[in-house]
Order: sequence, then structure tokens, then C-alpha cells
Amino acid sequence: MNIDWWLLFEISLAGLGTGGLYALTGLAFVMIYKATRVVNIAIGEMLMIGAYIFFAFSAGMGLPIWLAIPGALLVCGAFGALVERTMIRPMLGESPISSFMVTVGLSSILVGVVELVWTADQQRLPEFLPTKPIEIGQAFVSPKIFYGFWIAVLLITTVLLVFRFWRGGVALRATASDQAAAYSMGINVPRVFSLAWVVAAMIAGVAGIVVGSIGGISSAMGIFGLSVLVVVIFGGLDSVLGALVGGLFVGLVEALTGFYIGGEYKILATFTLLVLILVVRPYGLFGTHEIERL
Amino acid sequence: MKTGVAGTLLEVQDLTLTFGGVKALRGVSFSVQPGSVTSVIGPNGAGKTSVFNTISGFYRPSAGSIHFQGESISNVTPPKRAALGLARTFQNIALFRGMTVLDNIKLGRHCHLRTGPLAALFYTPAARREEDALRQEIEERIIDFLEIDHIRKAPVASLSYGLQKRVELARALAMRPKLLLLDEPVAGMNREETEDMARFILEVRREWGITVLMVEHDMGMVMDLSDHVVVLNFGQVIAQGLPTEVQANPEVVKAYLGSGNIEALRARFKQAVRPTVNTRAVA
Amino acid sequence: MRIGSAKESYAADTALFDSPTQRTWLVVFAVALCLFPFVADDYWLYLACLVAINVASTSGLNILTGYTGLVSLGQSAFMGLGAYTVAILQIRWGTPFLLNLLAGGFVAMLAGMLVGLPSLRVKGLYLAIATIAAGVIAHFLFSHFTSLTGGSSGLTVPPAKLFGLELDDSFKLYWVIVPITGLMLLGAANLFRTRIGRAFIAIRDRDISAEVLGISLLHYKLMSFAISSFYAGVAGGLFAYFFRAVTPESFPLVMSIFFLAAVIVGGMGSILGSVLGAAFMTLVPELLKLLVGWLPLEAFGGNAALILSPVRTIVFGLMIVLFLIFEPLGLAEMWRRVRRVFHLWPFRT
Repeated sequence: MNIDWWLLFEISLAGLGTGGLYALTGLAFVMIYKATRVVNIAIGEMLMIGAYIFFAFSAGMGLPIWLAIPGALLVCGAFGALVERTMIRPMLGESPISSFMVTVGLSSILVGVVELVWTADQQRLPEFLPTKPIEIGQAFVSPKIFYGFWIAVLLITTVLLVFRFWRGGVALRATASDQAAAYSMGINVPRVFSLAWVVAAMIAGVAGIVVGSIGGISSAMGIFGLSVLVVVIFGGLDSVLGALVGGLFVGLVEALTGFYIGGEYKILATFTLLVLILVVRPYGLFGTHEIERL
Repeated sequence: MKTGVAGTLLEVQDLTLTFGGVKALRGVSFSVQPGSVTSVIGPNGAGKTSVFNTISGFYRPSAGSIHFQGESISNVTPPKRAALGLARTFQNIALFRGMTVLDNIKLGRHCHLRTGPLAALFYTPAARREEDALRQEIEERIIDFLEIDHIRKAPVASLSYGLQKRVELARALAMRPKLLLLDEPVAGMNREETEDMARFILEVRREWGITVLMVEHDMGMVMDLSDHVVVLNFGQVIAQGLPTEVQANPEVVKAYLGSGNIEALRARFKQAVRPTVNTRAVA
Repeated sequence: MRIGSAKESYAADTALFDSPTQRTWLVVFAVALCLFPFVADDYWLYLACLVAINVASTSGLNILTGYTGLVSLGQSAFMGLGAYTVAILQIRWGTPFLLNLLAGGFVAMLAGMLVGLPSLRVKGLYLAIATIAAGVIAHFLFSHFTSLTGGSSGLTVPPAKLFGLELDDSFKLYWVIVPITGLMLLGAANLFRTRIGRAFIAIRDRDISAEVLGISLLHYKLMSFAISSFYAGVAGGLFAYFFRAVTPESFPLVMSIFFLAAVIVGGMGSILGSVLGAAFMTLVPELLKLLVGWLPLEAFGGNAALILSPVRTIVFGLMIVLFLIFEPLGLAEMWRRVRRVFHLWPFRT
């Protein structure tokens, strides 16, 4: 069998590029989970909302890109705060199943809103990324995926650094570790919750804008979130490193499957991965196995 | 009733349990004789609940063995241990809050009932008979015995702490256990409740023939009720034997009161209390 | 005013309907159900059948989510499997319709156990995600197994035949669907009078305690999922006979969300809740249709038909969120409150 190594390399690069975006969205998910212990199944829909708000600002209102993007991100952040305050905070004492089901409801609401305002048809986002294909050796990479990947890398690095050194970041990690202790140290825990959701929404928004630029936007964009869920289960629900590694890995697997077996089998491959990880290592590669105190 | 080495009901040998770098238990060994009340005591963090959790099957020991009725249960899952006759109550009450007292107690009998899903869906006469017999037995033997008939239909979440603990005991009794593990049965109870519980434990042993292994902090209760006491400290057994023997053991005293020369301590105390300044003159 | 009721035997105490008043109302309700098809027009008969099918499916999901505490977003997938099984059997072999329904239930149940085996070993959350996956895979199967399933155009189902009579309209189907739903509800209620149902609730409330009592978690979680999938399969079969057509698009994810909403809105862990929730959620879209028809949308350049579907999606999600936050015990709890007022009148509750 003659393997076209450059083709393989090209496909792999594309996969890693998408993987970077999976990692970015996975980071948003993990942030919410670590800070508020909520499994946010609506992460894909939050990504979608980000893309559509950008669409509204740039194509709808005709704002220039350098205004539309920050504007959209601000709205995303506000949206994240709103969701946290109205839907997640009231469920604080309830079982995790309840807050999970609230996010299910949220995903449905978001899909409905998008379909209502913009119809279910696919739309194109205005171009703002360079369009010249990138050449690495004999492999060509789509410029959108290339720049999208580096945007993801930049954002992930920024977020990780900020949360390492900034006070708010320390507060977030403290709350993630032990809520009661954080409270008694004077950390405003509700504020940390809001912060987590705001930042996560903004990150998801960036991911949404990039993903939308690559493949167009539609009310079914939330399906991206499905792969992200597999990514975080693979990497461990509360592990940032897991989201990064998992994102790249899942992106790679999907790209290879898509090319060598067929595009419609991509989702099948993702779910096979899910089943495998559930059977072999249910807590994910880097997730913490919670030892319950009896 | 099958018993093993020297007729013991439960034989714990060389149990070692590690969590990451922390050694919760190191080489713990003791045995429980059938029909006895054995207490496990020790300061906080000594590993008492860890012993229980290992016996229940929630923690896998890194070394050592547990024999119940002469057979090793190290590879038996918690549900199967229940079927063998091991019942347990929990330190922080683990009742099912969505159910009434009666349903909680009925759940205790779960592993001895036979109704399968198909019979349940159709509520066959066999299922009905089983349910009625269950209800009758629980009412007459357990609810009556533990004096909880006035709350049998109450949701457990609405009960006081003391009553909840009693319901947990009732549920454990419904299991028809051979060995009953009680994790701090009188924690947080007042004098009256403690005496009631002590009375129940003794009657459980006398009338039902159930062997009791309990973790307790209330020394009065431990010394009055136990036939055998095991003392743990830092995951190791530092003493075991009759209550009076254990009480007099200097290692045990040291574990609870801290090390140090008692006489020197007394001397320093006297010295500190003696007035050095004539307070009347100052005033 | 009824404060308490004295029972003279344990059996009487555990009966499903334990007071003369309840039994009387039950008889009245049964009579009303029997008279209904003779006084209702086609539209209401159609709705009644739809409500019954949804009640059947919701009660199944309630067993899994409300009583055992495991969230599933795959109800539509299992209904689809049941529907397709029924369709294929009816078209190819013309087997008796009750047999087909049972077969549909079994196929769905087997699929459920397949999905449940890997995902029930750890946290309940993984089941939710696995059920979404199951939905995607089911859709894939329905669209690609063209020889069996007719691909994207789906299958047209010939009417069910009972005693030689073709059940080809809502009136005839009513007499079959409603009793079957009733039996399924009874089955679910019976479950919770026995150790099986109690084990399910125990798993929901505190699974560690359940293990200590001898309940093997994986075994019972699988059982709950199997029963719930079976119910979904049968409901799917009824769906096939009722709508007389099945396509891969008939069972989208939003339908699973519909049923989850029905469970939450009706009241998790309550048989009455399944009935109320399903009825409520089925009637709400009809109400929306009416409302949207009234609104002067043309003035705003809108089209009633176009906005109906997204508005429905929003409402489903909104129902879930609102009920979880404000009335987590659902309509069943509201009903109980009203009953208490009547029981204790003239005293206040």
C-alpha cells in the first residue's frame, strides 16, 4: 500500500487545527465545571450564539470587524453572566442532575431562538481571516483552519497565564478546589461563579466565530458541542490539560476517519472513542477519581 | 452457622490501606466472636471508619485479608457482602430521603426478596404475597421493637436526628444480618437517646442473636456494652482486650491524652497557679 | 373533610387507590374515557390518541429519570427503533399488531441495554451523553440501512389489524391506544410497590447506601434503563400505527427533550406526573398554534408556519428551566396542593 505521506500530513494538520478549536471549547467547559460543578451540555449552543451575535453585528448591522468581534464577545460575556445568575445560581443546592437538566433546557432555548430570529438555514460569516492557503512542505492547510488554530492557541495560553497569576484566577482555582474554604478566606464565591461563566461564554464565543468562519453558521452548529463533550470525557471533566490533549486527539481522529473512511462516519468514530474511554478509563485521561467520603 | 478459625465470625488480618501517600491502616488485625459486642475506638483520624469501609467493601486494602464466617470476602462486592449477612449503618445518616420510614426499612430486606422485574410489573399474586409478608414481619418484629410505629409513614427527611439513626438501625435489622456494623450509633445524641440505643443494641444481641461491631466515641457506652475492645491509633491496633484491660493500658491513655509525663505536668500546673504577686496589695 | 383513613389490613394499606373517594373518581374518569370518543370530533380524538402515546412514553422515561435519577436524552431514538421494528414487521410479514408492539419494545430494550452497559458503570451524566450518541447513531442507521428502512423517505405503515378490523382512524385507534397506555401506567405503578421500584429510588437518593443493602448498582440501573427503553419501544410502535409513516426525521433530538420536559413538568418520580406532564406538553404546542394563528404576524413580515417550530423548541426548553427552578416537583405537586386544600377545608393547609 502506497501511503501518500504528505496527504496524511495534510489531513493530520487539518485535524489538529480543528482539534485546537475543540480544545478551546473544552477549556470553556472545564472552566464551568471546575468552578460551579455544572456539566454544561449547552456549550455547543453557547458557541453557536457567539457566532450568530457576531453575524448580527457584522453582517446584520454592518459594523466593521474590529468593532463586531469585541462587541460580540462583550455580549457573550453578558449572556454568560445572565445565564449564571438566572438559571444556575438558583440550582445551587440541588442535585447535579438538576443543574444538568437546566443546561439541557438552555440548549433547547438557544436553538429555538436562533431558528426564530435567523431561520434554520445556513449562513456565511463575513470574511476577516486571510485567504491565502498556507504551505508547509508539500502540504496545504486551509488558511482559516491555520489561523483559527493559532487564535485558539493564543487564547488558551492567555487564559492559562491570566488564571495562573491574576488574583481572580487564584480565586477561581480556590473555589474549584473547595467552595467552603474559599468562602471563609473572603473570596466572593458568587462573583467567582459569574466570572467563570462570563469567561467561558466569551471563550465559546471566540470559538464560535472561528468555527463559523470555517464552516458557516446554522442552528445545528451545536453538534460541535457533542464532539467537545467527548473531548472532555476523554480528557477528564475537570482537567484543563485533558481538554487540550483530548481536543487535539479527537480532532485528529475525526479528520483521519473523515478522509479515509468517509465524512459521515466521523461522528461514529467520535462515539466509538467515547465508548472506549468509558470502558477503559471512565474518569478520563487526567480526570480526578472522586473518592467519596462515606 | 459457618464459622472459621477458632469459631470467629469476622477475622481481619494484617489490613493495610493506602490513599495516595497516606497510610490509613497499617497491619490491622482483630477478630469478632459470634454473639459478642465488639467496639473499635481511637482518637479522631485513627482509621476506624476506614476499617468499616474496608469491611463493607468500598475500599480495597493494599494488603491483608478479611474472612467472614471462615471464607475470604476480599473479592466480594458490597452488594454480595450484604447477601452474606453483613449490615451496616453510617456515621452521617445514609437514609433515602425521598422515601418514608417504612419504605426505607423495606429496602433493608431487599437482598432476601425474590420478586423480579416481570413479576413486579404485573404485581403477580406471588409478588403481592411477598410484599404483605414483608410488611407484616417488619411491623411486628422491627417497628414494634424499635418503637417507631408513630412515624412509619413519615418521610425520613422530616425526622429528628435521633429518630433517623433509629430508622437506620431498623433498616439494618431488616437485612437479617449475622454481623451488624454500627458506625457511631449514638453520635450527637443526648443522655436519654443514648440509653435507648444502648438498650436496643443489647436486645438485638440477646433476642436476635446478631453480633455487633461498633465504632464509638462514647466511652461510657463502650465500656458498659462491649465484650471486646480494639483500640486504633494512626491506623494501627495499639491495644485490644476486655474493656477494663484496655482502659488501664498506658498506651491507650497516651493516645487519648497525648504523651508526656503526667507527674511533671501536674507539678508545672501547681507552679503556674501559685500566686507570685500579692494581689491584695496591688488592688 | 378527610384527614386520615383507617385501614384494617396491610394489603389495604398498600393499595394503589386507597379511599372510597379515590375509587369513585377513578370510576367516573374511566366512564368519561369511554364516552369521550362518541362526543369528540376528529381533532380532539387525534389529540387524545397523541396524548395517550406520549403518556406511555413519558411514564417509561419517568421510571428512568424521575425514579432512578438517570438522565436520558435518547427517548426518541428508542421510540424510533420501536417504530421501525413495528413498521418493518407489519409491512413484510403482516404479523399481529400486538406481537409487533412487543417486538418493538424488545428491540428498543436490547438497544437500551447495549447503550447502558458501558455508560452506566460510572456517573449518570455519561448515560445522558451516550444517549445523545445513540440518537445520532440511530438516525444514521435509519437513513443508511435503505434496504430495511427505506432510507430517507422512510416507510409507510399499513393500518394495524385487530380481529380482522383495520384500525385506520383515530376513533378505532383510541380503543386500542388508551387501554395499552393504561396497562403501561399500571405496570409502572406496580413496580414501585415492590422491591424493584424501591431499589430504583434508592439508587437515585443514595447509591452507596443502596449497595450496602445488597443492590447491585449496574444490574438495577440496566434494569431501569431496559424497562424504560421497552416502554419507549412500545410507544414508538403505537406512534407508527398512529401516524402510519416513519422516517429518520420523525425522531429528532428535540423529541427527546420534549419527553424530558414532560417528566420534569409533570413531576419527577410520580405516575400522576407522567400523565399530567405528557398531557400538558402535548397540548402546549396546540395552544401555541392557536396563539401564533391569532398574532398579526403578516404585519411584521412574519409567517406563522415558519415561527411555530422554533417557538415550540424555545417553549420546551423554557418549560424545563422554569419548572426546575420554580416548581421542581412539577404539576403533580400542584395537584397535591389543591387536593390538600379540599381535604382540609374549612381549615387552611
